[in-house]
Amino acid sequence: MADISTNPQGGRGFDHGSITAGSSRLKRRRWAELRLKAYGIAAIGIAGFALVALLSSVVAQASRAMTEHYITAEVTLDPEALGISADATGNEILRADFDGLTTQVMRDAFPEASGRTERRALGNLISGGAPFELADKITAEPGLLGETITYDFLASDVTDLYLKDEYGTLNQEPVSGSLSVQESDDGDLILTSTAEDFSGALTQVKARLFTDAEDLRVKAARQTNAVAVYTERAKAAETEEDRTEQLEKAEKARANEQELLDEAAAIEARARAAGGTEEVDDENISLLVKAGGGWIRLTEVSLTRARGEVMTRTALPIEASTDWGFYTTSQPESSRKVTDHQIVWIETLKDRGQIKETFNWRFFTSADSRAPELAGIRGALVGSLLTMAVTFGLAFPIGVLGAIYLEEFAPKNRFTNFLEVNINNLAAVPSIVFGLLGLAVFLNVFGVPRSAPLAGGIVLALMTLPTIIIAARAAIQAVPPSIREAALGVGASNVQASFHHVLPLAMPGILTGTIIGMAQALGETAPLIMIGMVAFIVDVPTGITDSATVLPVQVYRWSDFPERAFEARTAAAICVLLLFLVLMNLLAIVLRRRFERRW
Amino acid sequence: MYDTPKAETAVTSNEIKFSANNVDVYYGDTHAIKNVDVQIEANTVTAFIGPSGCGKSTFLRCLNRMNDTIDICRVEGDIRLDGEDIYDKKVDPVQLRAKVGMVFQKPNPFPKSIYDNIAYGPRIHGLAKNKADLDVIVEKSLRRGAIWDEVKDRLHAPGTGLSGGQQQRLCIARAVATEPEVLLMDEPCSALDPIATAQVEELIDELRSQYSVVIVTHSMQQAARVSQKTAFFHLGNLVEFGDTSKIFTNPEDPRTESYITGRIG
Amino acid sequence: MVFTLTLAIFALAIAAYLLSSRRAAKVAATDDVHLHSRPSYHGLHSFLWVLISGWGILLFLVIFGNWWVTSSLMSQIAEAAPDAAIIERQLILSDARAIAEGRISSESGELRQALALRFARLDAIHSWALIVLGLGGAFLAGLYSYGRVAPEWRARNHSEKVIRAVLLVMAGIAILTTIGIVLSLIFETMRFFSAIDWQIHKYLFGTTWSPLSGVFEGKMDADKVGALPLFAGTLLITLIAMIVAVPVGLFAAIYLSDFASARVRAFAKPMLEILAGIPTVVYGFFAAITLAPLLRDGGEAIGIRVASESALAAGIVMGVMIIPFISSLSDDVINSVPQSLRDASLGLGATKAETMQQVVLPAALPGIVSAVLLAVSRAIGETMIVVMAAGQGANLTANPLEAVTTVTVQIVALITGDTEAETAAGPAFTLGFTLFVLTLIMNMAAQRLVAKYREKYD
Repeated sequence: MADISTNPQGGRGFDHGSITAGSSRLKRRRWAELRLKAYGIAAIGIAGFALVALLSSVVAQASRAMTEHYITAEVTLDPEALGISADATGNEILRADFDGLTTQVMRDAFPEASGRTERRALGNLISGGAPFELADKITAEPGLLGETITYDFLASDVTDLYLKDEYGTLNQEPVSGSLSVQESDDGDLILTSTAEDFSGALTQVKARLFTDAEDLRVKAARQTNAVAVYTERAKAAETEEDRTEQLEKAEKARANEQELLDEAAAIEARARAAGGTEEVDDENISLLVKAGGGWIRLTEVSLTRARGEVMTRTALPIEASTDWGFYTTSQPESSRKVTDHQIVWIETLKDRGQIKETFNWRFFTSADSRAPELAGIRGALVGSLLTMAVTFGLAFPIGVLGAIYLEEFAPKNRFTNFLEVNINNLAAVPSIVFGLLGLAVFLNVFGVPRSAPLAGGIVLALMTLPTIIIAARAAIQAVPPSIREAALGVGASNVQASFHHVLPLAMPGILTGTIIGMAQALGETAPLIMIGMVAFIVDVPTGITDSATVLPVQVYRWSDFPERAFEARTAAAICVLLLFLVLMNLLAIVLRRRFERRW
Repeated sequence: MYDTPKAETAVTSNEIKFSANNVDVYYGDTHAIKNVDVQIEANTVTAFIGPSGCGKSTFLRCLNRMNDTIDICRVEGDIRLDGEDIYDKKVDPVQLRAKVGMVFQKPNPFPKSIYDNIAYGPRIHGLAKNKADLDVIVEKSLRRGAIWDEVKDRLHAPGTGLSGGQQQRLCIARAVATEPEVLLMDEPCSALDPIATAQVEELIDELRSQYSVVIVTHSMQQAARVSQKTAFFHLGNLVEFGDTSKIFTNPEDPRTESYITGRIG
Repeated sequence: MVFTLTLAIFALAIAAYLLSSRRAAKVAATDDVHLHSRPSYHGLHSFLWVLISGWGILLFLVIFGNWWVTSSLMSQIAEAAPDAAIIERQLILSDARAIAEGRISSESGELRQALALRFARLDAIHSWALIVLGLGGAFLAGLYSYGRVAPEWRARNHSEKVIRAVLLVMAGIAILTTIGIVLSLIFETMRFFSAIDWQIHKYLFGTTWSPLSGVFEGKMDADKVGALPLFAGTLLITLIAMIVAVPVGLFAAIYLSDFASARVRAFAKPMLEILAGIPTVVYGFFAAITLAPLLRDGGEAIGIRVASESALAAGIVMGVMIIPFISSLSDDVINSVPQSLRDASLGLGATKAETMQQVVLPAALPGIVSAVLLAVSRAIGETMIVVMAAGQGANLTANPLEAVTTVTVQIVALITGDTEAETAAGPAFTLGFTLFVLTLIMNMAAQRLVAKYREKYD
């Protein structure tokens, strides 16, 4: 390019070539463009994936709270058993011993249940709320006293979750032989099949042995370590006595180690060998046999023979029957909340047709409860509604009037400037700080009742105020000055022009902004926790000064509970919350579409 | 009906750079350019004149496919640069725009230094092997843009700090720096004061020696001053195209005459 | 009752409107004079006077009346039971209230009965004061404004003045809110600092956070209020969130503003809006129930120990929450770079990507930086995700697989904890104040940046 340097005014120094001939440089540049686009698509993909993952995980969990289970049983409403007179009414009935009656119903169904633990497990199949519901029903219809009715007892969360396969599944294993069951001298049952029907179960039990062996080896390794430590100490020992002691310890540890390793090796050998007999404990999956009209749990198993114990009443002995089933649970008893006994009881009730599944209306009609199967969102919904009413009642007028002032009347001075900066900053203050404000000023100074929708509404109103003011100002700005000028031109005052002409035209935009602000407030949690709306409240609030909670706080509380059943309910509550948010946003979109005006 | 065909094409003296035949442009449902044929010669200044909204700018933007950036715009017909169809699938508009530079109505320097403004094009097209090469290109382009003397002492000052006329000459220099063969100018002087306009017009005349220049202008005096060929557009039609002297003194179409004498516009 | 009174005053105001406007109309009809303001403005003037004076008195009396009743009872309790802690005194008070209102109290006794009597008396005085002063004030205001109705009375100008004053007060509520925040935070912060003998450096740089373990006679152990692990934890989670959100949000904004087809935009933008509209408690649920166990099990599978409340889970989910925030702010900024600059670059034969990287992004940089600043401030102040998914223990570590705690988590833990509110408020409000100052600085910086940027292109 020497010609350029000598003659800057000279002719063109570069030929771009034909426009169809892509140079390698051009290819590189196009490739770089493709890369940038790919990053963009990937970014949107990631956002989309996150959204789908989030929503689907919530919906999947929520779907498990869609239904609830009832245990249908006949119950005789014997006034004597209830401890009341036959013509009792009202509170007397309410206070009667329906608890005992319900317990008795279950005991009648499974009279073979014995011992405190077992009986309590049996009672736990039914919700603690069921007796109260029965009491309510009888209070409403005292005429039923003395009758025998068929009643649907609400199942407990454990029953419900088992029936929804939350604790793993109960799998029926294929059997080909015929089964004989004899009672042995020690009270155990001896089960014999003509085929190797237990081989699959045996294999699974044996597989578990390797884990046991592995545990032993870990323990052995610890002993190895101990040997090293004691030997080291012996070397460093200052007195002969101490040295001997340490050496003895080392020796003992070495012996322990050897013992453990031998044991592990023996177990592994046993596991590898074919056949044999193995014990089944609660670390293993449970092996259940249904025969003779009852259930048997296996405690020891070999290929064709097993030792077991009666779970529910079984007709014995059984001679070469082909009418039997062999079941395994997918989780060992120790890692699930439902016991083997409860499983066979529930299965028996199911076989007897006493289990009923219905849509979970209760979730929408009852308030909070410690028992997951009784808990609902009605209280939180009403609380949210009341809180939102307070928020709207405060934030909307204040926000709109404030925005009118700033847009239409505020003089251009430092105070106005400060006001604007202030509002912008307030919009970005963390919500929890508003909670602290509510706690310190409204609760402690002004004496607004704790946990009340009034307090929550005030705090959320202050929080949404900047959003509404900013949206309202934008909407007012969008009204062209010509409208205002036209009004002023015919002799209207400033106030008249603003309220008669500008405000009505800006209203759709203001409403859209307000709805979006309210949607934010509806989902807000942290500031409400600060002012005590996180308390456990069983009653549905009736006014804005009653104690209440709101939906998002309910979600937070439930997600913190240890009961598994609350997980699904939390997700269901989230779905309801999201539904409301979607509705509000749709409303905003409709408003925007309907009244959108291009000037 | 104004669908009359264009006036007889003037006798050509230079090689043809651009040849456009049967060009139609649509914006959504609007038919913006209707069946236009134009030949643009090398080393000539061609002016597009016509009332506002007549489609002259739209047509100009077809020549380097700037209309591609507008989603709803659709171009039909045949436009050839040195005999190659610029709307061919094989053509990369990036390559095309390197050969057909553009200067816009409002001066639009990048918010970078004067030096970086000029060096931007050469850098992305890889015209310079090293810094020294680039320095040479920048100086050469600024000289061609007739602005070197005014900015040589502050090459690293921001381009946005220059006056309007200087900014526009900077933009012309920037366009020249990529070594184009054709320069499209979309009303380059409309945002400038008379003195700056005179400077830019002078520059356009100088540029003619090395480039074909196509200029869209509102001002008939300007067209008369700087161009050798003139095309008159009206309502999306090319009404008349020929030597500037002929169009301004002896137009064939009554609409051209009306416009020139100020009756439409 | 307050509600009833509110309505009653409103009714009075309407009555005043009707009376005044009718009187004005009558004056206009009978006299041969020209009214300065139309009758409805005379009505409006009365309406505003009645409403503002009535509601104003009511508001004042409700707030200060409650305060008066409570404080006078509390002082009586303090005399009777000088040894009781504040919380016990409050319990006594609420019992007395319950007795007075005929509800069931947790305990009854001589003191409580006496208090209940006094409460009932004070409450009655308060109620009567509300009725008499509230309604009376409103009535007098109505009388006054009714008397002003006359042809030459500039009712419109005066009502408009009142309206303007009301508007100003409404706009001023934002300032009151800020003042309220600052005052309430500063007050407790001062108390807390004096409880640690003004060893503020120990709060800012100490590494042991266990503020409630060293409380003794109103003093706190300054060696146990080191909030550094909280700041570090907040920073760690924020950093993770930004690593997720900034690239994803920025690339999404770049793609949507300059590359995506209208179809892609039509589905991607609402998608991002949905992501932005999901309440943080839902994100927290997702982090705690789905992502954290997934990370823990995934880590276990490849032999890495991941805490079940790891900073990583909270950070990632917080990042997802912030994506739409960054993308929409950046989208705005990128779109506000003038088209003429893009044209200039494209006209020189640059590809769209080159235009974006070398012209648009540098021009938009201040705006993007301000978006990131705002996002950081939001991440720092975010509460629910970390409360549900991050740890409680103050753990000074840079390992994202371990559990860390944050400023907001500790505020929630302190306020909702079992400790006496008096004691827990100090550290909680001090953390809140720190948070407020930090986010305020960032917001101000972001606003400055964006204002400068807008000046350049608007």
